[in-house]
Amino acid sequence: MYSFLARRVLATVPVLLIVAVLVFLLLRLTPGDPAAIMAGDAASTEQIARIRSGLGLDRPILVQFGIWFGNLLTGDLGESFYYKAKVATLIGQRLEPTLSLAALTIVIAVLVAVPLGILAAWRFGGWLDRALMGFSVMGFSVPVFVLAYILIWLVSLKLGWLPVQGYQRLADGAGPWLYHLALPSITLSVLYIALIARVTRASMMEALGEDYIRTARAKGLPEARVLVRHALANAAIPIVTVIGIGIALLIGGVVVTESVYAIPGLGRLTVDAVLARDFPTVQGLILFFSFVYVLVNLLVDLSYVFLDPRIRY
Amino acid sequence: MASARILQNWSVRIGASVIAAMVLVAVAAPWLGTVDPSLFDAGSRDLLPGQSGDITTLEGETLRHTFLMGSDSFGRDIYSRVIYGTRVSLVVGIATALLALAAGIVCGLGAGYLRWLDGVLMRFMDGVMAIPAILIAIALVALWRGSIFTVVVAIAIPEIPRVTRLVRSLVLTIREEPYVEAAIALGTPTWKIMFGHILPNCIAPLLVQGTFTCAFAILVEAILSFLGVGLPPDIPTWGNIMAEGRAQFVSFPHNVFFPGIFLAVTVLAVNILGDGLRDTLDPKMAKRV
Amino acid sequence: MSVLEVNDLSIDLPPGGDRAQAVSRASFAVGRGEILCLVGESGSGKSVIAQGVMGLLPRTLPLAGGSIRLEGEELRGIGAARLRQLRATRMSMIFQEPMTALNPVMTCGEQIDEVLRFHSGLSAGDRERRILDIVSEVALPDPARIVASYPHQLSGGQRQRIMIAMALVLEPALLIADEPTTALDVTTQAQILGLILALQKKHGTGVLFITHDFGVVAEIAHRVAVLRLGELVEIGTRDEVLQRPRHEYTKMLIGSVPTLKPHGRPADPGAPIVLRTRRLSKTYVDRHWLAHAREVRAAEDVTLEVRRGQTLGIVGESGSGKSTVARCIVRLVDPTSGEIRLGGDEIATMGAAALRPLRRRVQIVFQDPYRSLNPRRTVGEAIIEGPLNYGVSRAEALERARKLMALVRMDGAALSRYPHQFSGGQRQRICIARALAMEPELLIADEAVSALDVSVQAQVLELLEEIRTRLNLAMLFITHDLRVAAQVCDQVAVMSKGRVVEYGPAEEIFLRPQHEYTRTLFEAAPGRHFAFGST
Repeated sequence: MYSFLARRVLATVPVLLIVAVLVFLLLRLTPGDPAAIMAGDAASTEQIARIRSGLGLDRPILVQFGIWFGNLLTGDLGESFYYKAKVATLIGQRLEPTLSLAALTIVIAVLVAVPLGILAAWRFGGWLDRALMGFSVMGFSVPVFVLAYILIWLVSLKLGWLPVQGYQRLADGAGPWLYHLALPSITLSVLYIALIARVTRASMMEALGEDYIRTARAKGLPEARVLVRHALANAAIPIVTVIGIGIALLIGGVVVTESVYAIPGLGRLTVDAVLARDFPTVQGLILFFSFVYVLVNLLVDLSYVFLDPRIRY
Repeated sequence: MASARILQNWSVRIGASVIAAMVLVAVAAPWLGTVDPSLFDAGSRDLLPGQSGDITTLEGETLRHTFLMGSDSFGRDIYSRVIYGTRVSLVVGIATALLALAAGIVCGLGAGYLRWLDGVLMRFMDGVMAIPAILIAIALVALWRGSIFTVVVAIAIPEIPRVTRLVRSLVLTIREEPYVEAAIALGTPTWKIMFGHILPNCIAPLLVQGTFTCAFAILVEAILSFLGVGLPPDIPTWGNIMAEGRAQFVSFPHNVFFPGIFLAVTVLAVNILGDGLRDTLDPKMAKRV
Repeated sequence: MSVLEVNDLSIDLPPGGDRAQAVSRASFAVGRGEILCLVGESGSGKSVIAQGVMGLLPRTLPLAGGSIRLEGEELRGIGAARLRQLRATRMSMIFQEPMTALNPVMTCGEQIDEVLRFHSGLSAGDRERRILDIVSEVALPDPARIVASYPHQLSGGQRQRIMIAMALVLEPALLIADEPTTALDVTTQAQILGLILALQKKHGTGVLFITHDFGVVAEIAHRVAVLRLGELVEIGTRDEVLQRPRHEYTKMLIGSVPTLKPHGRPADPGAPIVLRTRRLSKTYVDRHWLAHAREVRAAEDVTLEVRRGQTLGIVGESGSGKSTVARCIVRLVDPTSGEIRLGGDEIATMGAAALRPLRRRVQIVFQDPYRSLNPRRTVGEAIIEGPLNYGVSRAEALERARKLMALVRMDGAALSRYPHQFSGGQRQRICIARALAMEPELLIADEAVSALDVSVQAQVLELLEEIRTRLNLAMLFITHDLRVAAQVCDQVAVMSKGRVVEYGPAEEIFLRPQHEYTRTLFEAAPGRHFAFGST
């Protein structure tokens, strides 16, 4: 088992390295001059030159990478040109709203999707199954921002139940925090629910078709036990896996949702930074998101140890 | 045979019909009661759906025009913009799918067949997949300045690893099949095995993957435009229309809803088509997502 | 009173199948302490009956008529709750695939415990004791360790014993065994059959034993019922049915069962050697960074010869290395060391380019007829693929294919059809034709008849014999089935754990086995002393 754990952890290192290299190269792929683009159309040549040397863009590329990577290892993600602050600081400031949104979304999604998927698989072909599959396809297809506007129109404007925009810090009270986050989380969770419910259903159906389910029924066990201790226990790995992979969708959704609901989080920061052509911030954010994604998936992989005894021994 | 079965599946029928309708709309755009989508008239701003108002043509003439979907804050006809937006979405969707498939097939075949390439390539693909797709697309389009070509490439790039993985795993499983081993024993050269035995059995899953990539591409393009980092505002896309209309949303929701409905319906149709194809072509795949 | 009484049972099939009912008006009974074997080929409905009795059939296979009485209680329509009560307490079932029949994420002890928890009122301590007892009763060593183990840590035979333990822990009156030994090796099979017999005698359990293997029937049955396409065509005591069958179908089946006596046909010792291997070895190394490299010696020091016009059989259980040897000879896999001489050419170390012209001399037929043909290609395309690779013109190749179809006794029109339109036996013939299209000197049959029903198997074996004599081919026949080996082989090599443990003329090996393993193998063959009669 320990070799499995060690192997999985070490396997993330090359991936993270490649991510770092890719992100580094990403911003140097621009056809024009990055410094000029960042400075804007009205900048003078001295300003552009200052930016270029400030970012180290005039050094050979390997040196640039070395410096950048070295900074990375110490947690220095560079300095935002636009906001005139360290990128790492910016991220720290905007982390809470995004984290709250993501956490609430995940909780809602898992609590809703998994039971629905189990029920749909159990009553395969029934009305719940078909309704769920229909809902799931729509959940994938209606873009997050369209759904957001529909919900805002319905819930905020017509019914007046929840606010249209804004965010309240958790430290200022759980009530207002939840009040402002409810609609955004629900909006974002629809996509996530669609994904998880689908995979739960598929995974449960596969488990329910296996021989050991027949054996369990032949032993005269109550159906609930068969569903949970036998089917779900074996279906868990693909479900947990997709929760991890779905984080990528979640990150994309966060960017859009924060934009629509005016939540001052990392997603908004990304859009603002891109529009302002603030390369260091964009770079730092992409790195941050990717690292989080890789880490979450690593945790998912490590959880397999608890879910599947075949991996333990 | 398989083609008959495909056409009988309801999902395929519905999805394909809607897409066909969209294609028709896109092609026939100039004749569907539209005007040039960039035309506007200061006097016709923020009209509600169904109202009529004036519109000024490029030559300076003023016409009376019924704004079926209302007008935006510049006085442009939303209906025309939505109809012309269909072209962009379909082109982006199909082109991205084709590009991702082509690149993915080449990489997947390479990784599946050349052991030395496999390790390096898949690590690289893992790296690309570790970066959330939207972020890659946003960053690339921001860097390259929006145009249809750059948008297609930017959205295709994060999809290529997915296709590569699919092709690679197909190659690895099909290679183990006894009929491929029989072909080796019969002296069939590797390239003939690849094109005669392996690829034909890949077509079904690739077709399904292609439809999902198309749906993804249409969605991402809309998101990029909506966020303001996609195609330039003079090209009408559903995302653009919604982006411009969002400020008015509370008082004039039609700016956002009409393009939103078209977007949702199109993506839904493509996804339904994909589901239907998957259920008919490869029942084994129906168990995976 | 019978433990199980089935009268006029009918079970419907969903529309669109090859017949309307899976089972039509079947009637039989299982008495206390009696073993009734339900025999039939694939698709005869035997598993359907078994699952029908237990109430495990899916909704697509409804009970259409008749009655099922368990210890006098009518099972049809009794409701889910009562059915659950009866399962494991009054009737139990064990299945075919021990690999997949146990839940991989629960320990064996937990899985046996479930039966006790939900059906008896025993305390935790009592349950634990009972579990240890039953685990020793099924002859598993070190019960405490087994109870704490997960299924993947046990062998196939051990898992099947756990299944039996789960089934018998509450001492039901009826045990239904659905092909429980089909997936096991011959030696393991013998042990499990012995275990079932012993337990059944001890507890007086009635057993409904489903199988397609007449050797097994001969070994353990008290009474036999023969099923054909859902109908019970014959039922009687073991000796009656196996030695004096009355129904035509039964006679045909019994006639198809190969005996364990070697055929005794003379083999020319001077025939030219077509294939010779010397010290052929294949070692697989599982290299994982951070874990120790694991070596698996699949084949070690294998030396054999095949002469023209003769058949060499390689006999062994799973893991013995017989398939590995075949794959090395066809160069689907590269041997680690040793020589392979095909005619005059040494092919073990040849590169791909040099090998190509020689490939046509050795051809192979695989085990699984359902995966041996590309589903997207017509039969004709499959057969001519080989000759086309060697410069034969398309017209000539098609002509050859037509002749081969006649040789394997299939209709020439089959060339334009697709594999899915044919049965397993027919597909195997097509594969044989494909191999012969290359005009090989050596034909390797790698468990080529193992996946076929006994009657189809007999036909294919007959066909292979005919081909061998007609074309004077050398054949390498790989099998785990001793009866099949006895019927076709002139020489036999017995393999175990990668090595050849005994090698010689078939008659010598079968009648006077020297090596201990060979003797164990023969002793384990079910029904080996039984004389199957017909007419």
